[in-house]
Order: sequence, then C-alpha cells, then structure tokens
Amino acid sequence: MLKPLPIDEVERIAELARLDLTDEEKTLFSIQLAEILSYAKKIQKVNTSEVPPTAHALESQLALRSDTTKPSLKRVQVLTNAPEPALDAGLFKVPKVIS
Amino acid sequence: MFSSWTAEQIREAVVCGKVSATEVCRDFLDRITNYDDSLNAFNTVTAERALVQAAQIDDSRNAKSAKTSLLGVPIAIKDNICTKGIETTASSHILKGFIPPYNATVISKLEKEGAVLIGKTNCDEFAMGSSNEYSALGPTRNPWDQERIPGGSSGGSAVAVAAHMSPVALGSDTGGSIRFPASMCGVIGLKPTYGRVSRYGLIAFASSLDQIGPFARTVRDTALILRALSGQDPNDSTSANEPVPDFFAALTGDIRNARIGIPRSILAQGVDEDVTARFNDALEVIENRGAKLIDIDLPNAPHVVPVYYLIATAEASSNLARYDGVGYGYRASLNSEDTLTAMYDRTRNLGFGSEVKRRIMLGTYVLSAGYYDAYYLKAQQVRTLIQRDYETALEHVDAIAMPTSPTPAFKIGEKTNDPMKMYLVDIFTVSVNLAGLPALSLPCGFTRDRLPVGFQLIGNRFDEATLLKLSDAYEQDTNWGNTTPPLT
Repeated sequence: MLKPLPIDEVERIAELARLDLTDEEKTLFSIQLAEILSYAKKIQKVNTSEVPPTAHALESQLALRSDTTKPSLKRVQVLTNAPEPALDAGLFKVPKVIS
Repeated sequence: MFSSWTAEQIREAVVCGKVSATEVCRDFLDRITNYDDSLNAFNTVTAERALVQAAQIDDSRNAKSAKTSLLGVPIAIKDNICTKGIETTASSHILKGFIPPYNATVISKLEKEGAVLIGKTNCDEFAMGSSNEYSALGPTRNPWDQERIPGGSSGGSAVAVAAHMSPVALGSDTGGSIRFPASMCGVIGLKPTYGRVSRYGLIAFASSLDQIGPFARTVRDTALILRALSGQDPNDSTSANEPVPDFFAALTGDIRNARIGIPRSILAQGVDEDVTARFNDALEVIENRGAKLIDIDLPNAPHVVPVYYLIATAEASSNLARYDGVGYGYRASLNSEDTLTAMYDRTRNLGFGSEVKRRIMLGTYVLSAGYYDAYYLKAQQVRTLIQRDYETALEHVDAIAMPTSPTPAFKIGEKTNDPMKMYLVDIFTVSVNLAGLPALSLPCGFTRDRLPVGFQLIGNRFDEATLLKLSDAYEQDTNWGNTTPPLT
C-alpha cells in the first residue's frame, strides 16, 4: 500500500488552507492526497526542458480601459449578505482581532 | 404540450402571438412540479418571478420585442451563476442564503433577449465533481435511470433539459462539466472557446479554465443560446475581443470534404464497448455525408488528467479563499473567546463539503513552498505541450471527434469513495479546457441498457461555427435529441 502523507504535513497544509479538519478527515486526506499525488507524479517524467509554462488559455492580452469612475453597488446591498453585518456603521463584524 | 417544443419554436409562436409566454411558462413549471421531487435537478424554482416576467412579455408584445431572439423562452440556470435577487449557492452550505446584488453578464444578456428564468439548477458543490453527488442539496438523478448519476458538475441543467423541464439551460465547464452531463443525459452541451462568453458573475472555480455554455436538445437551439451569450464584456478582462459570427449561417447541412481528426490511440484504451460502437456509428453518419476521417495523434493525452487536477485545484484553493464567514453566506457559531482565525478555520471546515476540502488541500499542497516547481509549474509546462498537440492536429483537420465519456452513466455511490476513480471519468473532457478550445457534445444513441451515449467535436479557437455545422448535419440524419426519457 502507498505510504500516506505524514499527519503533521496534512496539518501544515490545513493550516495554510484555513481548514479546521477533524482527526478522521486528517487520516482520510493523508491517504487520498498521497494516492492522487502519486498518480500526478507521472508527469514529472515528461521532458519539459525549454517548454514555457502556460498560465492561461489565451495568449496574454493586455486588457486596458479608460480610468473613469462608474457607479458601484451600494454599501447596504453588499452588507446585507454578511452573516453579521453592522448596517448602521457600514461594517462587517468579526471576532476581536486585537486583545 | 409546449414542454416538447424547442426554444426556437417557442420564440416563434410567442412572437406571432400564437401562444402566450405565460402558457408556455406554466407548462414547464408543471413538468418541474411533477418530476423534480425525484430528479432533484432544481435548487430553486423561481415560479412566481417567471410568471410575472412572462405576463410582462405578453402584455407588452410589440415590434421591438419581436426582434428579441428568446422571447418567452424559459431557461434554467446552474446555481453557480449569480442571479440578482435569487439565492445563488453553488450547491454549497457555505453560500446558503447568498442573494447576489447583481446579475452575471450572461443573465442580463438572456433577459434582454426575452428569456424567462425558471430556476437555479443543482450541481456539484462549486462545480467540483463529475456526478452531481457532491452537492450539499443531495444528488440529482439521471432521468434515463434514476439509480444512476446524471453526470456533473452541471447535472441539474442537463437533467432539466433532458426531462423537458426547460427547453434550454446554462451550465459551466471547467473540465467537462457541461459536456459530460450532456452525454450522460442524451442532450447537447457546448463549451465555448475560453474568452467567448463573459465569466462576470460566474462563481469562480478555476479561472483559467472556467467557461459558461448552453444545454439544448437541438443544434439550432444551441446556436441560439450561444449567440445570445457571446461577446466581449468590459466587466471580464478575459472575455475576448473577437467578432461573433452568424452561427445560423453555418447550418447548411453541407459538410462535404470537412476533415475530422480521430485520435485512434487514445480510443484504444479502456472505452466501454457500447460507447465505442455508438461512436463508430456516429462517424459513419458523418462520413456518409461526405466528411473525411483522418487519423491524428495527441501524444500528451496520457497526461491530461493529472495536469488538469494539479492546475484546477491550485486555482480553486486560491479562488475559494474568499469564503471566510465575513462577507457572505455561512459563519460557524462561536464562543466569546474565539479568535478571528478560529472563526475562519471552523466556518470553512463546516461550510465546505468533502470534495471541495479535498481539492483545496491538494491545491494548497501543490502551491506550497517546496512542491510548487515539481507539481504546479511542471503541470503548467505540460499544459503547453497539450495545447501544442491540439494546435498541430487542428492545422490538418477542421475538428476532432472522440467520445465524451469512456463509459455510460454509472450508479449513484459507485465512485464517491475513490476520488481517483472519479477523476478518471474526465479523461476525454479536460484537455479542451487546458487548451482553451471549444467543444460540443451531442447524443449519438444508446447502450444495450438504454443509457445515452454522447460524442464530442473539438474545434479551433473561436470556431464554434464549424462544430455547430457538423453537429447540425449529423442531427439531420439522426435526431437523438428527440427521444424522451421514460418518466412516470
């Protein structure tokens, strides 16, 4: 059987991804990610010397527009979707950041 | 009775006053009431709004509205496309209750043409999946066999059209999410060229691959919707400044001497016997119409699935960073001493489903220090080689034909425990997104178990017209879109 990713490696990735995984999820992903990565590794054998990377399907086109202001959404429209809006203050509420 | 009509027939009848948009709308809404409890194709049915819109169309029929191309035509929209005032969830718990304050450009364009939005369709969460099983709102069922998957991720849209709950629908295709469910459900699905259709208001999954496109039962309806969607949009800097041709002018039925490339070597591996048989039947029809079949080679075809999953998950991990419990949707319940990061971590873990988390983890891994070059950069380089394969092949042929899926629809639950198995069903679809090309999947018959089979035509950039031309000619001799699934 394939060697699973070390749990501390899974935890490091989960921290970067901001996911509070359960222990069961960590174990499951340690196995599944190892399987997927081992399959994906086969592309490392492809000769890509002097092959440029493609980041986009279309040749890069510089999309420019004139620098003019346009109306945007009203603040209240944007705040209405927030789980904890402070409509009067025009703010999103979040847990305390500075103690 | 209208539910068997095409969009073109509906529009024509509404424009000349033979039927009212309201009658048409009611008929489709009745179909949804009758069949969608079991099929689960719709997340939201916008019955009231649709009837108001239809009544407005009926009340203000005039010379100006007669010029619109979709007057009174109901349309179902995948639930990852923003609709102003209508809940848009991408079938994710984390976006539950999100009511967009704006319309996606495609929605504004459709409504300007007189289309009537009848509902938001079920999909894999954030369009990540090939079976519609990874929806927070439960799986959608295939109308041809309700024990089977409809394909994903735009499964709800494919089912809505296949079961005549809507004449046409919109989906999005990042690695096959329009074409794959179209082939599983026996309808037409078109992924336009990257840049052909604005992505403004499409909930982003993998921005270098995503593209919105239509589902329909006829090639003409497909052309009708594509025409309405196409064109550059100042709100999407990746939409292309390319002229939009008259797609209907291409539908002449004359495909004599058209050159169709067949990648024989990739078809030799692991394609279901019935799928191969139906695909060969389709080639025979096209050949009998005077097209020429030419063998082509796509040497990097074995690499397409790993390259796709490395690039798509990397982009997804970045795009989905915005779901943090602050701006919209769901926030996990907190204790008074919880920190901001605890709020992020818990909201995201409870708000996202398993497949989305798996992809965020994989994408974060391949972008993280120490692995970037070996996985992500390497995948981008092989992406270049895959693109070149297609460019070379398409210098010698007008289109490339291959099955859309290696198998017909599989059973619900068959692959959910094995992500690799699920990813491998995308083997024929993902390369088109990596190369940015247009591709159209159309039905080509049934397996012995009466499951639909589809094949796809892949074309040059911005040459959807050739795909529509070939498909239209094929359809004139076959017309599989006219077959209706057995619903009770």
